[in-house]
Amino acid sequence: MEESGKLLELRKVKKSFPQPDGSRLHVLDIPRFEVDAGEQLAIMGKSGCGKSTLLHLIAGISRPDSGRIMIDGWDITLFEEHECDIFRAKMVGYVFQTFNLLPGFTALENVLMGMTFGPRPPERSVVRHFFERVLWGPARAERARARRLLERVGLGHRLTHRPTQLSVGEQQRVAVARALANRPKLILADEPTANVDVGHQQQIIDLLCQTCREENVALLIVTHAPEVAEQFERIEMLEELNAVIVQ
Amino acid sequence: MSLWKIAWRSIQQRALASGLTALSMTLGVALVVAVLVIYGVLDKSFKRGAQGYDMIVGAKGSPLQLVLTTVYHLGRPPGTIPYQYYLDLSPGGRFSDAVRAAVPVCVGGNYKGFRVIGTEPYYFADFEYLEGEQYEFAEGRNFNAGNYFEAVIGSTVARETGLEVGDTFRPVHGLDAEQGEEHEPFTVVGILAPTGTPNDRALFVNIEGFYLVHEHEEEDQAGGEAAGDETVAPAGATHGGDGEASSGGRPEAPGTEDEELEKLLARQMTAVLVLRKDPMSPEFDEPDVTNPLALPRLINREPDAQAVEPAQVIADLFGGIVGNVQTILLVLAVLIVIVAGIGILVSIYNSMNDRRHEIAIMRALGARRVTVMMIILCESILLAIGGGLLGVLLGHSLTWAFSPMIAEHTGVIVRPWEFQLTELILVPGLVLLATAVGYLPAVVAYRTDVAQSLTAGA
Ligand SMILES: Nc1ncnc2c1ncn2[C@@H]1O[C@H](COP(=O)(O)OP(=O)(O)OP(=O)(O)O)[C@@H](O)[C@H]1O
Ligand SMILES: [Mg+2]
Repeated sequence: MEESGKLLELRKVKKSFPQPDGSRLHVLDIPRFEVDAGEQLAIMGKSGCGKSTLLHLIAGISRPDSGRIMIDGWDITLFEEHECDIFRAKMVGYVFQTFNLLPGFTALENVLMGMTFGPRPPERSVVRHFFERVLWGPARAERARARRLLERVGLGHRLTHRPTQLSVGEQQRVAVARALANRPKLILADEPTANVDVGHQQQIIDLLCQTCREENVALLIVTHAPEVAEQFERIEMLEELNAVIVQ
Repeated sequence: MSLWKIAWRSIQQRALASGLTALSMTLGVALVVAVLVIYGVLDKSFKRGAQGYDMIVGAKGSPLQLVLTTVYHLGRPPGTIPYQYYLDLSPGGRFSDAVRAAVPVCVGGNYKGFRVIGTEPYYFADFEYLEGEQYEFAEGRNFNAGNYFEAVIGSTVARETGLEVGDTFRPVHGLDAEQGEEHEPFTVVGILAPTGTPNDRALFVNIEGFYLVHEHEEEDQAGGEAAGDETVAPAGATHGGDGEASSGGRPEAPGTEDEELEKLLARQMTAVLVLRKDPMSPEFDEPDVTNPLALPRLINREPDAQAVEPAQVIADLFGGIVGNVQTILLVLAVLIVIVAGIGILVSIYNSMNDRRHEIAIMRALGARRVTVMMIILCESILLAIGGGLLGVLLGHSLTWAFSPMIAEHTGVIVRPWEFQLTELILVPGLVLLATAVGYLPAVVAYRTDVAQSLTAGA
């Protein structure tokens, strides 16, 4: 563990994928990339340049070929997979482009789902935690927080709606609430407004920026839309960070 | 959200497919339950009959045949034995040391297809039809030894023939057919409370009346054919004078009148039902006292009688035939349950393709591989246990629906909600089965590649 004050640090991170012809497709080679705690930034880049791949690496969903990814001082590339899962549940909130929500579950349940997989609060015993997760679900305090989060994103009146009963914009707002469920330190948003009309786009961006600021959560947003990106003080072009040129 | 709830939600999401697979499990388990209950019924109905007495003395021949006629009122008796054996087993007789109670029975005749049995009134006092269960009279009283044409009828007989206390009936010759000549009428003086034994389906008449009838016949027919299936051989005279043998009166080896004794000894009967004394009792330490355990051997040495222990005969029959049938049925039912389990496998496995994205979302939220695997297993277990519990209900409902029929044909009262102990195996059994069949789709969930499934979209 190194103390550098940065929330996120990437060092010499390389990622490639196997191709059908046996060769490897090199997608990412990032010598250095850092994000401060509570910082908000936008990442832009043309389609296929590896933006989603970068977010997957940061979230620990996939592994880099080499290099180090430090989050809050922890090198997640050294983690076992299940440690990565726990770390992700605790530290990272994820908002996808579409189909964020689990279709069989209500808005409230989708938010609670994030807590289900979340880490055990230190004050709770292992046994109690197990029973809560496996048998009777989250404690009342967690339900109350889930409800508050949904009220915060303006969906207090939609708690028991299923995703199909919500508009795309509303679904994205539920996804934002869910990403905040475990009080993460970093939110990764992969084109959260790509499928939303312009009016709702601004609403969602405002919501993300505002709640992240209030909760002191760093926000890393991937976007194609210049009007979204230009609202952020820091804008990174992935092609500039990346040593690899993907055709 | 607990894992169970997550599993339950995905069942709800595919309600039709889930419902159908659970239904097949329901049917399989209902079948298992039905087989278990039916086996329990058979087991009880066979074992119940054997209660009360522990030895039957009858004509030489098939022990099973003897047990079936005396205990279950089925088939033809192997023959008759002289009345002397009854006297031998009664107080003062040569075997009496080892005997606690002995009751003669004469099988012959039927009324509307129900067996008519000639016996003594203390049949209902000396024997318990189940351990600790005394015969009781739902209506009326026991018949009186001195009133030769009195009868007591079983509960099923009363219900089906409509005979009531005070009614008279005329038994006909033959054991099961309804044709044939009619006997003298007997008067119903009592109706037995249901016992759940074959005796619910029989009519019991005073053995003296029985003999009287046959004496008349002998006179009428001048000793004609002893009516093939008629097992009560016509015999000498009646027992004593009027009122001599009063209710509950025990037979005494009559010796006062030689003619009387001669007539008695000329009598034949189907069997003597015997309850032996406890062989552990100290009185049997004496060398010259007949030990109850030795009694069957002693009787089997006789030229024209055999002694059988009904419990042993029934256990052999039950283990040999009925037990095998049950095993076959149970194996079939279990196979059906396993097929239903494979149905669950197929159903969940087929859904896995659509669920890749959902699983990827859960993983992105921090769910571990084992967690998503457990969710799939929970789903499989829920389907199996849910379907299984419905199956248990259905199985018992079916036996409930059929219990009147079962009672009618076997005399056993099925309590449909009386769970068989073996049913408890169902719960761990189903969990095991569900885990086994859920394993394959669970592994698919375990192996789901999150990054790929996320970019693949829904
Ligand atoms: N699992 C994989 N196997 C092989 N190649 C992959 C895999 N995942 C991504 N790629 C390739 O890596 C490159 C980067 O993909 P990625 O999804 O990160 O692009 P992106 O910048 O997010 O694009 P978009 O803006 O369209 O979402 C693409 O060329 C893609 O084909
Ligand atoms: Mg992308």
